[in-house]
Amino acid sequence: MNAPTSIVGQPLPRLEARAKVSGRAEYVHNMRVPNMLHAKVFRSTLAHGRIRSIDVGAARAMPGVFAVYTGEDIRKLIAEPYYGPAFHDQPILAIDKVRYVGEPVAVVLAADVHVADNAAALITAQYDELAAVYGEVEAMNSRAVVHEVLKPAGTFADLKYLKDKRDTNIALDFHLRRGDVKKAFAGADHVFEHTFTTQQVLHLPLESFATIAEPGDGSLLLHSSTQSPSFVRTEIARLFGWPDNKVRVKVPYLGGGFGAKVYVKSEALAAACAMLARRPVKYALTLEEQFYMITKHATTLRIKSGVMKDGKITARECEVWWNGGAYADIGPRVTQKSGFTAPGPYDIDHVHIDSYALYTHLPPAGALRGFGIPQLVWAYESHTDMIARELKIDPLAIRRKNILREGRPQATGTPMKDAALELVLERLATRMQWDKGFDKGTGTVKRGRGIAIGFKASISPTTSMAIVNISADGSCALYSSTVDMGQGSDTAMAQMVAEVTGIPIEKITVVHPDTDVTPYDMATLGSRSTFHMGHAVKNAAEDARDKLYALARDVGLSGETTLIPDIFRKKYGMLAGNIVGVGSFIPGYTPPNADGQTDNATPFWMIGATGAEVEVDTETGEFKVTRLVNLVDVGKPINPAIMETQISGATVMQLGFTLQEQMHFTNGQVTNASLADYKIPGIRDIPPMENEAVDAEQRSGPFGAKGVGESGTFGVSPAIANAIDDAVGVRLTSLPLTAEAVFRGLAKKAGRELL
Amino acid sequence: MNTTRTITFTLNGAPVTTTVGLHQHLVEVLHAQGLTGAREACAQGLCGCCTVLVNGIAVSGCLYLAVFADKADVKTIEYSPEGKLDAVQESFIECGAFQCGYCTPGFVLMVRQLLDEQLDPSDDDIKHYLAGNLCRCATYPEVVKAVKLAAKKRKVAA
Repeated sequence: MNAPTSIVGQPLPRLEARAKVSGRAEYVHNMRVPNMLHAKVFRSTLAHGRIRSIDVGAARAMPGVFAVYTGEDIRKLIAEPYYGPAFHDQPILAIDKVRYVGEPVAVVLAADVHVADNAAALITAQYDELAAVYGEVEAMNSRAVVHEVLKPAGTFADLKYLKDKRDTNIALDFHLRRGDVKKAFAGADHVFEHTFTTQQVLHLPLESFATIAEPGDGSLLLHSSTQSPSFVRTEIARLFGWPDNKVRVKVPYLGGGFGAKVYVKSEALAAACAMLARRPVKYALTLEEQFYMITKHATTLRIKSGVMKDGKITARECEVWWNGGAYADIGPRVTQKSGFTAPGPYDIDHVHIDSYALYTHLPPAGALRGFGIPQLVWAYESHTDMIARELKIDPLAIRRKNILREGRPQATGTPMKDAALELVLERLATRMQWDKGFDKGTGTVKRGRGIAIGFKASISPTTSMAIVNISADGSCALYSSTVDMGQGSDTAMAQMVAEVTGIPIEKITVVHPDTDVTPYDMATLGSRSTFHMGHAVKNAAEDARDKLYALARDVGLSGETTLIPDIFRKKYGMLAGNIVGVGSFIPGYTPPNADGQTDNATPFWMIGATGAEVEVDTETGEFKVTRLVNLVDVGKPINPAIMETQISGATVMQLGFTLQEQMHFTNGQVTNASLADYKIPGIRDIPPMENEAVDAEQRSGPFGAKGVGESGTFGVSPAIANAIDDAVGVRLTSLPLTAEAVFRGLAKKAGRELL
Repeated sequence: MNTTRTITFTLNGAPVTTTVGLHQHLVEVLHAQGLTGAREACAQGLCGCCTVLVNGIAVSGCLYLAVFADKADVKTIEYSPEGKLDAVQESFIECGAFQCGYCTPGFVLMVRQLLDEQLDPSDDDIKHYLAGNLCRCATYPEVVKAVKLAAKKRKVAA
């Protein structure tokens, strides 16, 4: 009766589909608990300043205000109120200094959210203004320094050398050396060097950050919109000097995450307020406030290649400057973990990478869908086409010539394994009909096409644990701290449990993260859950199945052929008892040496490529993306339907970052903090799209699968820029790609001066 | 100055009498009633997450002052007189037309209103009508498919 089924690989609807279409799915932003206070924050209006005084008198005097706290009040509760995954650099409320416009300086608590909001508006602060630095390249040698002393968290061994470093904005510098680039440049037929930039953008999940903190007796219960409940528990416990089990973190569904809700975000302030007030406190941000919480790194990327006449790339030098804003968040990991793929998915013998995480006086930057990869692909795939154009080589041909083939070492020295780079490229070429003629347009409407391919390493070494609990009636619960923020992990994990145990998926529930109940998981990020948690879940399900079969044998039955309730009934005389299977997973990993070299940089590679076709109006510079073709290697998909929405969703998000999204600043103050002024893609902004997962298998993955959440982002930006260049011969090197930039490029080509 | 008012309205078919602040919008009052299917996201009437039907017309609940709902008929995504999903909700599930689900109630309500007005909307009609509903997961291609499937289902049922 428990024979294996083949539910893995089926395009099943999400487990929670009915709850979501009927408005009953639960999100922290909509939750309330009895006796709850609302927290509203007063924010810095200066990018850099020493706090002279904070006047909270009028706010405190407002009827209905329960309390007003500043950084000094927090410090009475927590001696060192600084948090962060890479550095303990971020204060819960500003202490001594403010470091970006929008930094929380004081907080008002009131039972009525409008009272809290109005009172926060009455707070004033006096600062001594200090010089600020905004640009990532400028920050390298700026006299304005964001943090006097660096305070590494000690979480990552590779950051320890930064301890007590002073008077620098370089939070992390990562260097990779392979071969001898100098010699290779000297021996190359051509040397090309280009510089690219990307703009600061942000995640904007429609459910904004929210935490409800309920104080207990030397303990806290947090309901939070987090992607990393296990990390939140540990970090909040560390702040209070408690053991982990004094903090309980519960997570329902997330209304989007995209990397915004990893590590500590709204939790620390909510927790501190709840402990000070001895009342439950809800800290829920508005959409506007998201612009002050976490963003995606703006970058400057310089890339230099030595190339032979036939298009073979022999050497590559990359310098990347990541604008991390005022607090490091996970930026140092972006700098290192993504930095080592900066030369692209190409077989290059001589490589030199310098990658710098920089502090500036802007809102902090962290992880956003792709974790730095889209910025890198933007540079190296634009660069690839610029080289091809100069050498009059077809863009597909130059990629075919240089692509990293299976088994060949990547820049770190790690050999490529189960990385379908060639197949993805070839399928893209086929779908684009690259070898066929292409209508280049006529008159004032020119057409062009472009391709781009990128890759990403997974995060390692990180741990996942899972528990599979089979009840006597044959129903089953999976306990996992993976957060379903829309990517469909609940469904995919349940499919794996069903596959292993033979229990129908309708009888499987997924228990949502609750750190008192569900076991440890590093976090839901970096497209790691399908692989890492997938392995843990598979192991737990196998353990449960094996224990069930052993129980059956004990009572003289066959586990394979007996109904589950009959096994339990025979053992316990009634429907009673459980079978609990446990599983864990940590992939192998070899830390890089001083030259960034390692034989095992990642447990798997994600591959994504995009082909774009565009139409450009040569009179106005207006352009339209008329077709996007997205190819990915996800191994064998667990749920092909959910996988496809992940590919197209990632592509559209990156399309927004490519064509329309940009945070604008004046003196460090973001000036377009609303959906009215910062436009995200709507239903009318979606070009015709085709998505395909190539026929591939991740042999080391659970059921041959690997992560998919980010791969759709990789190639979008350069594919479109390459298509524009193909159409009108205008090369754009800065994101976002705008009609104005194309127009200026056209004017320059025609020798016209524009203001 | 009296800053509150007692209002009476019909909420998903049942009478409600409640005291609201003059400044309070409809979503807040619905949340106080335990209905969280209408959600505040952008707070500017630009994203559609807060969609509520007032006297049968879709409004942005985050901009609609609750006092204006006095004596009105208010329906939310939770309204389900027959206790089952309708053709639009079924189609959204079948087409996988959502991911995180935060914006989904707004989409469902707008699609119902669209199909009440147009039996057989074209892609352009659909995109025009749903231009005010944002989905950061970008499940737009699936939404267009779901609307077409729902139109078919409604026709079959009729």
